[in-house]
Amino acid sequence: MNTFQLDGEEIPFEPGQTVIQAALAAGHYIPHLCYHPEFVPHGSCRLCTVRADGRPTAACTLPAQPGLKVESETEELNDLRRTLVQMLFAEGNHFCPSCEKSGNCVLQALGYDLGVLTAGFRHFFLDRPVDASHPDILLDFNRCVLCKLCVRASEEVDGKGVFSLAGRGIQRRLIVSAESGRLADTDVAVTDKAVEVCPVGVILRKRVGFRVPIGRRRYDLRPIRAQALEDAPRRPEHRHE
Amino acid sequence: MLIERDPAASAEDVVARHGDDATRLLQMLRELQEGHGWLPPLVITELARRLGISRARVEGVAAFYSFLHLQPVGRYRVLFSDNITDRMQGSEALLEYLCSKLWVEKGKVSEDGLLSIDTTSCTGLCDQGPGLLVNGWAIPWISRERLDEIAELILKRRPVAEWPQHLFHIEDNIRRRDVLLDHDLAPGEAIRVSLARGRDTTGQRPTSARAWREAIPAASPGPVATLEEIKRSGLRGRGGAGFATGLKWEACRNAPGETHYVVCNADEGEPGTFKDRVLLSRYADLVFEGMTVCAYVLGGGRKRTHGFVYLRGEYRYLLEPLKACLMRRRRAGLLGRAICGEDGFDFDIDIHVGAGAYVCGEESALLESLEGKRGIPRNRPPYPVTHGYLGQPTVVNNVETFCAAALIAARGADWYRTRGTPKSTGTKLLSVSGDCERPGIYEYPFGVTVRQVLKDCGARDTQAVQVSGPSGTLIDASEFDRRIAFEDLPTAGAFMVFDANRDIFEVVRNFVHFFAHESCGFCTPCRVGTAMMRNVVDKIHAGRGAQLDLEEICKLQKVMSLAAHCGLGHTACNPMQDMLKRFKPAIQRRLKSLAFEPAFDLDAALARARAFTGRDDAGAHLPTQSETA
Amino acid sequence: MSEGRIRIATASLAGCFGCHMSLLDIDERLFELIERVEFDRTPLTDIKHCGPCDIGLIEGGVCNAENVEVLRAFRRNCKILVAVGACAVTGGLPAQRNHLDIGACLQEVYLTEPSLSNGQIPNDPELPLPLDKVHPIHEVVKVDYFIPGCPPSADAIWKVLSDLIAGRTPRLTQGLIQYD
Repeated sequence: MNTFQLDGEEIPFEPGQTVIQAALAAGHYIPHLCYHPEFVPHGSCRLCTVRADGRPTAACTLPAQPGLKVESETEELNDLRRTLVQMLFAEGNHFCPSCEKSGNCVLQALGYDLGVLTAGFRHFFLDRPVDASHPDILLDFNRCVLCKLCVRASEEVDGKGVFSLAGRGIQRRLIVSAESGRLADTDVAVTDKAVEVCPVGVILRKRVGFRVPIGRRRYDLRPIRAQALEDAPRRPEHRHE
Repeated sequence: MLIERDPAASAEDVVARHGDDATRLLQMLRELQEGHGWLPPLVITELARRLGISRARVEGVAAFYSFLHLQPVGRYRVLFSDNITDRMQGSEALLEYLCSKLWVEKGKVSEDGLLSIDTTSCTGLCDQGPGLLVNGWAIPWISRERLDEIAELILKRRPVAEWPQHLFHIEDNIRRRDVLLDHDLAPGEAIRVSLARGRDTTGQRPTSARAWREAIPAASPGPVATLEEIKRSGLRGRGGAGFATGLKWEACRNAPGETHYVVCNADEGEPGTFKDRVLLSRYADLVFEGMTVCAYVLGGGRKRTHGFVYLRGEYRYLLEPLKACLMRRRRAGLLGRAICGEDGFDFDIDIHVGAGAYVCGEESALLESLEGKRGIPRNRPPYPVTHGYLGQPTVVNNVETFCAAALIAARGADWYRTRGTPKSTGTKLLSVSGDCERPGIYEYPFGVTVRQVLKDCGARDTQAVQVSGPSGTLIDASEFDRRIAFEDLPTAGAFMVFDANRDIFEVVRNFVHFFAHESCGFCTPCRVGTAMMRNVVDKIHAGRGAQLDLEEICKLQKVMSLAAHCGLGHTACNPMQDMLKRFKPAIQRRLKSLAFEPAFDLDAALARARAFTGRDDAGAHLPTQSETA
Repeated sequence: MSEGRIRIATASLAGCFGCHMSLLDIDERLFELIERVEFDRTPLTDIKHCGPCDIGLIEGGVCNAENVEVLRAFRRNCKILVAVGACAVTGGLPAQRNHLDIGACLQEVYLTEPSLSNGQIPNDPELPLPLDKVHPIHEVVKVDYFIPGCPPSADAIWKVLSDLIAGRTPRLTQGLIQYD
């Protein structure tokens, strides 16, 4: 089997696998946010930036190649990732104490993993009104990190196209497929993959937010570094450990 | 005009005219907007329904492009070009003049819905600026007199189509010609020479389809002979990156696919660049000739080929003349079926018009836009030569590259190599603007020094030159002996001159704003980083900068250059980096203190509360004093 | 006052004093703390003005002119300034008003609401004027260290304090970093 090197260790891979897929399958975590094992890689959050033969690139879109030398756990790259997380916290209005996604949130878990203590930068405080129109689903745009997972899920899995991204630059934003601009006027359903897949607290099912108490949630129980390996499709020899 | 028409019916017409083809979505949106002045919600819904795609996707595309509007923007939409050269020619005061004359606030629609006035990225009229666009139509040489005339026409509600033609007259300003601008090629000559070269080398046509397909040169020169000329000429892409044109064509030619596409990148968005505008205005035949030669090389008259010109929205006024040129060439047998009588050599060209998005100049974003999507650069690999337009093998070249390719196809590599340097063969068109007596188009053999160009254009007391636009290099006087060439100062063509009176900080601030406005927003480093950079330079501009802000700038530079998804993000920091390297006093003297200054204007942050409480006592103000702890 | 003790000042700006409560939650470690430090201005001592200090702990976001002045006084007087809790670090709960216009808020509360129908917007010079937005403290002064959390756990506060007192660079290890 072909292998590439990740931080000095040989990682086996199958043809067609990306560096992040092979790394996770072999039990090596590379921080990531917009990458999701069930979807075609997007490459927009840049958290998974690695150096491949010295060249910085996103691990989620980088096809694994034999003999490639990949660096990931370096001070330079973790510094970069910390800054990226800080930038996301400064861009959106992320107020964890009032967010029912707290403990299940990938952005928050990444902040913990990377040791982010402050956004550092000046906050944008953009005005992002909440859409509570739908009887079963709440949309809080304040927390959107523009990972496009809901857009991808709605198009590819639900076959609906409920969500899309619009605008450019810092004005880039999530929109829904309705002339009124309200979620209630779309054909979204509470069972849609798009609703489930949101890694942060934008798309929320109503009335179930606190069923699992704070402190007993996904990343409370297991840091994201371990949880991500749990979630990724594993190589057979790792599967039956 | 469609203005009074029912939006749903107009959408139906437009979709039908474009053959229900969703890849033409951007063109449909553009046409509908030209009709209605904006894109009412019903139009978006109707388009989505007729094309069978989600409404959110259509809205997402419409909301990506600066020239498409999902809110009413007035019957007359005046956009002042906001490049630094426009500003140096007084655009800001002129904009204010028109605003006060017509009683409208910048960025807002007048109360009667008649007009709106705003700014837009460089319109490519730097040698005859300031420029502006009225409902998408370019007007150069803006002055108070011209604005008086424009204001009058707006107040009389005269349709833009009926405005006096002298307003729209755009000069070529060709100042120096070399082999390209002085060429004497007849239309079709390069194609005929290429066809003949294919036959001549061995005296016969290639014998088998396999020989064509696999580009076996020995037995079947055909188009390969011309490909070899292009390769041997050393021609490199004129859009700035300088990739070897011959290798690109060869890789595309060898890539399997149903149709091979030839795309001309006429999205000349780099501020300070306007040479493609002149090529498309005066040398359109040469551009199309080069594209046709490329199609011949790719398809050899056997494989299906098709061409596109992606014309930037700011050059909308060139659409009809370019279409007329295409018609002439079709009638002359230079486009369409059996070109120049060569059986099986079928090729035609469509023109797509952009809608105000600099990032679409990046080749993969351009292809996305051509497919009717938002112009977001793709993940690579795969590259366009193998997976380009609709996933098919595609060559994307700059306007000037196709012109040079046509010359090489006709006159041969040896002839072409007599100009330029060994690593940068041929000539380069420069768009010279800024502080000089004779701005305009200068064609030089590669290797010309900056000093020579400055002398020729009549620049005096020059402090700095921005070579290749904001994404290029800002050089100072100690570097004027450097040469315009891929091995020294590569350029896409911009050459903006700044004399000793200019404040380099303001130049850079203009470019920082440009990148923040043009970032597509796809990746975190560029989306957030360009906006943060804008906030920092504005803070320094407002006199609230501190040494710590320089640290933040360095941090942002690092993140963007290391992690951005595409070239826009990687180069967005170049102007700032160059200023810190070569013009540090320009920013240092703006810093208020050595330590720290608040991120926002504290006293201004109390203004609203002061207004509502009616207070103006000492306690109602906060000195924004330096922290000295 | 004994020699060699580390002087600490604390203040709550636009905060709820929850972070101060969490500081008190270090329980028996308070005895250790009190051996090593001396408190300057803090709600615990009722000293109103901050003198020269080694460490300043700030809870709460910056919401009005007085917050700015207190914060600046702390920055001038404290060698090390620490942002304690979500509000100081991010603007926090008070910053949830940031999407509203402060003028409209004043109008709504003092003029429109029926309970204050004959009211007027208070304009006494003694009252601090609100800023148009609530900001985290690092946007107003330079901040040396941050302890996130709403409130940060007593352990997190103790870890940073004890590191600082011992002259170490404070380091919050995983498990002590919590945003909610």
